[in-house]
Amino acid sequence: MTSPIETDVVIIGAGPTGLFAVFELGLLDLKCHLVDILDRAGGQCTELYPEKPIYDIPGLPIVTGQELTDRLMDQAKPFSPTFHFGQMASGLSKLDDGRWKLSTDAGTEIIAPVVVIAAGGGSFVPKRPPIPGIDAYEDKSVFYAVRKMDHFRGKDVLIAGGGDSALDWTLNLAPIANSLTLVHHRDGFRAAQHSVNQMRELVEQGKVKFHVASVKGLHGDGGKLEQVTLAGADKQEFKIDANAFLPFFGLTIKLGPIADFGLNLHENLIPVDTEKFQSGTPGIFAIGDINNYAGKLKLILSGFHEAALMAQAAFHVVKPNEKLRFQYTTSSSNLQKKLGVA
Amino acid sequence: MKIIATDRNGDVRELEGRDGWTVMEILRDAGLPITAECGGACACATCHVYVDEEWAAKLKPKSDAETDMLDMALAVEGNSRLSCQIICAPELDGLKVTVAPE
Repeated sequence: MTSPIETDVVIIGAGPTGLFAVFELGLLDLKCHLVDILDRAGGQCTELYPEKPIYDIPGLPIVTGQELTDRLMDQAKPFSPTFHFGQMASGLSKLDDGRWKLSTDAGTEIIAPVVVIAAGGGSFVPKRPPIPGIDAYEDKSVFYAVRKMDHFRGKDVLIAGGGDSALDWTLNLAPIANSLTLVHHRDGFRAAQHSVNQMRELVEQGKVKFHVASVKGLHGDGGKLEQVTLAGADKQEFKIDANAFLPFFGLTIKLGPIADFGLNLHENLIPVDTEKFQSGTPGIFAIGDINNYAGKLKLILSGFHEAALMAQAAFHVVKPNEKLRFQYTTSSSNLQKKLGVA
Repeated sequence: MKIIATDRNGDVRELEGRDGWTVMEILRDAGLPITAECGGACACATCHVYVDEEWAAKLKPKSDAETDMLDMALAVEGNSRLSCQIICAPELDGLKVTVAPE
């Protein structure tokens, strides 16, 4: 176990609001660490709609989710934020000295006087198919990601889905599995064409079975999967042998452990004041889609505004004995030095 | 126009549709459990509904983008649609939809 990291501010969520918070906090000399369950910055912007144009960012008449993220990363860069990607913020506790300790599911611990929750709707987690009793098999026979390919060696593997993950893992696991079956609700895929072609070749060679079908039931004992009931396009049900099931239906957003941070959530949102965007717990701020106040609009530009006001308040928490000097980037050579332009 | 919506518990509600609004917006604003994470951009498949067979043929056909995005929905059936892609219109008065499982 490595020793905890100490910093000024820990931000949960590296979406547009969290990234802009790095900038606003950085102007006030506050250093940030960010935790995000995704493996890259951008949150919903890059996970859900990287290529879709956004038209309501002030000063950017048209920008895609990916471009906006790239620009925010550039803007935050002078302040050297540290990113902890692929980790879920899982626990928050108060230390005797008044600071907070945030822990992640990967074992990272970050201590800071200020916590900023910029987590949008929560964590992106894999979609779970609505199959009765599936939870009993999860992490034993049902997996939403492949961590070690070798785990599937010699198994009867069933993969469900029609996107790139489903196709890529079909191609990768077919050579080492005892058998590999792919099911999808239609004979068409939203995956890269060359992957689809390769999969169809393997089907022709008898190395992969493909069914237009959906998974209706899981059968086994003590989490050990033995058989699966499928329903074909004609709704006729049939069983196949399977001892590993990999559903790949992408990600969805669940609030997750933030619900247990003791923040008096209202309909999965964190109530905040509109002066500091602080939660009911001093030192814990919430900005962006995850907060709620009278008149709240879930817009990226609201998150930017909230980040700026939060930073002013956070400064006084981190540096209670210092006077905040309010300056403009256009006129302050001090700020321009921080930005690396003067 | 009316929309007859069945939620995941089987409860049926009659909602007032508004011409030009999406069915997703009507369901969401009525408090049905539609997450619509992407806000209606056909980018997340969390506004998945089943359209009653009698209505399925009266809707405009799915775009390629909707067909693709349905690949990321769970429990897809022949009558699956993304409700953010169905626009309320007078000829859809009485449209029956059921919120799909999540």
